[in-house]
Formats: sequence, structure tokens, C-alpha cells
Amino acid sequence: MSPGPAAAIAAAVRAGERSAASAVQESLTAIAAGADLGAFNAVTAEAALARAEAIDSAVAAGEDPGPLAGVPVALKDNICTRGTPTTCSSRILEGWEPPYDATVVDLLNAAGAVVVGKTNMDEFAMGSSTENSAFGPTRNPHDPGRVPGGSSGGSAAAVAGGLTPLALASDTGGSIRQPAALCGIVGMKPTYGRVSRYGLVAFASSLDQIGPMARTVTDAALLYSVIAGHDPLDSTSIPEPVGNLNGALAGDVDGLRVGIVTELCGEGIDGDVLARLEAAAGALASAGAEVGEVSVPAAVFGLSAYFLIAPAEASSNLARYDGVRYGLRVPAPGAVDMNVATRTAGFGDEVKRRIMLGSFALSAGYYEAYYGKALKVRTLVMRDFAAAYERFDVLLAPTSPSVAFRFGERTANPLTMYLSDVCTVASNLAGHPAISVPFGSGADGLPVGVQVMAPALGEDVMFRAAAALERLLPGTQPAAARAGSAGAVTKGTAP
Amino acid sequence: MAERISRHDVVHVAWLARLELSDEELERFTSQLADVLDHAADVEALDLDGVPATSHPYPVGNVLRDDVPEPGLDRAEVLAQAPETEAGQFRVPPVRGEAP
Repeated sequence: MSPGPAAAIAAAVRAGERSAASAVQESLTAIAAGADLGAFNAVTAEAALARAEAIDSAVAAGEDPGPLAGVPVALKDNICTRGTPTTCSSRILEGWEPPYDATVVDLLNAAGAVVVGKTNMDEFAMGSSTENSAFGPTRNPHDPGRVPGGSSGGSAAAVAGGLTPLALASDTGGSIRQPAALCGIVGMKPTYGRVSRYGLVAFASSLDQIGPMARTVTDAALLYSVIAGHDPLDSTSIPEPVGNLNGALAGDVDGLRVGIVTELCGEGIDGDVLARLEAAAGALASAGAEVGEVSVPAAVFGLSAYFLIAPAEASSNLARYDGVRYGLRVPAPGAVDMNVATRTAGFGDEVKRRIMLGSFALSAGYYEAYYGKALKVRTLVMRDFAAAYERFDVLLAPTSPSVAFRFGERTANPLTMYLSDVCTVASNLAGHPAISVPFGSGADGLPVGVQVMAPALGEDVMFRAAAALERLLPGTQPAAARAGSAGAVTKGTAP
Repeated sequence: MAERISRHDVVHVAWLARLELSDEELERFTSQLADVLDHAADVEALDLDGVPATSHPYPVGNVLRDDVPEPGLDRAEVLAQAPETEAGQFRVPPVRGEAP
């Protein structure tokens, strides 16, 4: 098990072998050199350098700044940062400065991490390509003509492009895992309730989770360990203590029961992606895992349920953007006219579509046919997964049906974009943890991710399988397109 | 079902959502939403009789903290983010009737 770049920085800073200031400066230099990626909405250079100096002073005084000492971290721009704009890449929140920090931000600070900026995303996390940002696209570091995936495309590009060793993002239907797969990095969605949502701008409250993005499984586990835990400020937070993952990361997969989800390996999944999934399954089998196929029948209906449940919750959550308390206001003589003018000007097309879809699914006469039915399908998804986990410890599936696609390829027809999430939404509906691990390359040499899913609070076994996959990939290099160095966008280096 | 969502439905939900649509948007959104609802119709093949609804993945009930006063957000900091304030409160246009 090799330490990732984040673990290496933290170890060196804690040991007094390098300064936090140098680590942060290196990241800021890389961010400036990689500005063409469009990964960041805002860079907080001054505050980051001041904080790095405070960490260095603490080390000099014999204190331990924590497990992420001096590690630069990028935050998806839907995670609230006090006094620093948090936009969700939407005009309706442009310039808004939250009056409080998200719990994950407090935890990062307590662990010695240094926030260096806020990353671009699909507006309000609705999308799979980051093309729905009001502030322009983010480019894939492996090919600037292609999308980084989404909605956390900025965080994924920042890590894959070597701008920061770590990033936090959010995952409602795959928004951490799919961009991680498309950018050739590790991205993980924790068990629902494992990480506090306090200070995460709500999209679909029963599905949203914050999770880590990193270049190695070890680094992802390190960041996860810092942010996981109970938070009294989030009433859906799970009270059980978080286990130590060190054993899992070093453990082998001998005898581990791995089930390949047949429903997620059929129609609509590209051949190059399936080939990498088979290679991953073969590698695990050769390492002693018991690999078999498992049917999760409701998994295929997950997407339909997801695209009714998530918009329904969003239509309610986004009702708060009314031009009264914060963000944009378009003046009008009456309050309702002001609400309409503000929302019409402030939201982009995809957000409008989802709000209307959700309002429709919840409206009188259609509630039972759409939202009510979707909630029952959600029960079936949970039952089918529970049955699969009686026979298998972890499940294996593709993360994304394809490698990174080109800009504009899926924007004309929203349904084709929605199909990008077909392999990831089920974990959100069930509330289970899942991780995408890079496992070689597919078409045009672009990265392919393999997804490991586990039952609720099964992060331990999920990380065990993920770490094994990382070790088993021949010729593995941490998948940084240009770690820490300046330079033009380069074609990917995935093996 | 020939038409899963009509232009009339979209006008109605746009109003519910406090959004105004141009004729072009109304046309485009109606067709796009119909595509998504058509895809969602695959669940009609499932037998859902007697299946309970799940609205939340983790069984948590009401969570209450101790009834002890705690400081809230800083009022000035919160109001500083508002489009318009007056006398320590949010100011909005008239909700009923004409503007004064």
C-alpha cells in the first residue's frame, strides 16, 4: 500500500520535514497554471497561505496539526464556507457569503487541512457533465475537448489535474463517482448519514451525501476518516462510531465474496467499459476473491425512481430561492412578481426542468402515479440489494456507461444525459456506500472506473476491495495528469 | 397514455414553481419532460401492490436536542446578505394589493 500524495504531505508536515506553506504554494501555483481547466469558481489564496503559516507555527511549537496537516483541499461550491462566496454555480446565489461553515469544513480545519478554493459544478448539482454551470464548463484534464463528468466536475478536474491532492464533493445520484471515473481518480459516496450534511446546500435531502475525491484509495480513506461521524446539527446523522480503516486498506481479498451486478452490465454499457470491469473481476478472483454474478432486478428501475424522487425533493428544497433573504433579487412591484422574476432569471434550464418535473410528480392527480410509485420502487431496490448482500460481501459494477464524452454530445436531449447515472443512482436510493476506482483505460485511452458497492456502514469492506483493486492494476500510477507541475493540458497517462 | 404531460400541465407546474416560460421554452420543456416521464413508465411493469413506500434510507425518528438556549447566527451577518432590509428585518415588495 503506497501512501497517496495527501498522506505524504501530511506526514512530511507533521514531521517538520516540509512546510505547510510550501505545500499550499505548490497547489496555488498549479491552480494558476491549470486555470484553463475551469476547475475553480474561487481561489482563496490569501486565507490559505495565512492558514498554512499558522499550521507551520503550530508544528514549530511542537503541536500536531492533525492527520491532514498542510494538505490543500478543494471544496465543491455547494459546501458552505463562512465569508467566502458559495454559489452552487448558479446566478441565483452569485456572491452569496454564507454566515456559517459546513460541519465538514470545521472538521477539515480541525484536522490541519487547508481549503484553497471552491470548485465548479453543474448548477445545484443537477447534471452529469458540469456543462450546466452558470459560470462556464470545466475541462477533463485527460482531454480538454471532453467533459469531466458531473456534477462534481470541478473537484474531479482539480484532483486529476494535480491542482490539489484532495477535494470534497457531493453525490446525490453519482455526482462524486461518475466524474471520478471520467477523470481517472478515486471518488467515494459514504453511507447516507455517515457524513454530516450541515452546510451542504440541499438538492435532494434523502439522497445527498458529501464524500472524498483523491488520487489513491488510501488518500480517499484518509479524507473520509476525517469527515465521517455523528453531527448533532444534522438530524439524519448516524450515531454509530466510525471504525478505523487501516486494517481494511492493508487487508487482502482472499475469500471475499464479490458479486457482479448483471443488470448493470447489459444494454447501454459500452464494451470498453465492460472489458475493464471483467479485468477487475478477474484480478480480484486471481487474488483469492470468490467472484460470481448476482441479479439485482430493481437496479434497472432505479433510474426511473431516481428521476422522480430527486426532482420532487429538489422542487421543495429550491423553493427557498425567492429573492427575500439572500442571493439574487429581480425587483418587481409585488412580492409574487418579484419571486417569479427572480427565479426565472436566476435558474438555468436544467434546474428549471427538474423543479417542474418534481412539481409535476408531486401535484394533485399525478402524485400516486409518479412520486408514490417511485417511493415503492425505492423499497424494491433496497430489498433486492439486501438479498444480494446475503450472498456477497461487496458488489461490482461499472461506474459510468462510457468514458468521458465530448462537450455538447448529450445536452440536446436531457434524457441521454440522465442515462449517465444508470449505474450509480441505486446506491443513493438504498443509502449504501460506493466507490469508483480507476482501472485502466478504454476508448481513446480515456480512464475507466470500476464501482465497488457495499451494504450500509460497510465502508470497511468497500475500502478493502477498492484498495485491492488499486494494488492489482498492473503498472499502477497515481492517476495525476500533471501532479504539482505547471504546463499545458496533456493527454491522459492512464495505463 | 398518449400524452404524459401537456402544455397545459407545464404552464400549471411552472406557475406552481414560480417560473415564467417563453413560448419556445414551453414547447421545448413539454417535449423534454414527456421524454423523461416516458422513460419512467418502465416501472409500470412492476407489481407494486402491497409494497410499502420508502422516503428515507435510514430509520431515524424525530431527533431533539436538549431544550437549552444556544446562540443563533449573527443577525447583522445574516441581514448583510439580504437584497433589501429595513429596521433589522427583510424588506419585500407588497404581498397584496398595489405598491404604496
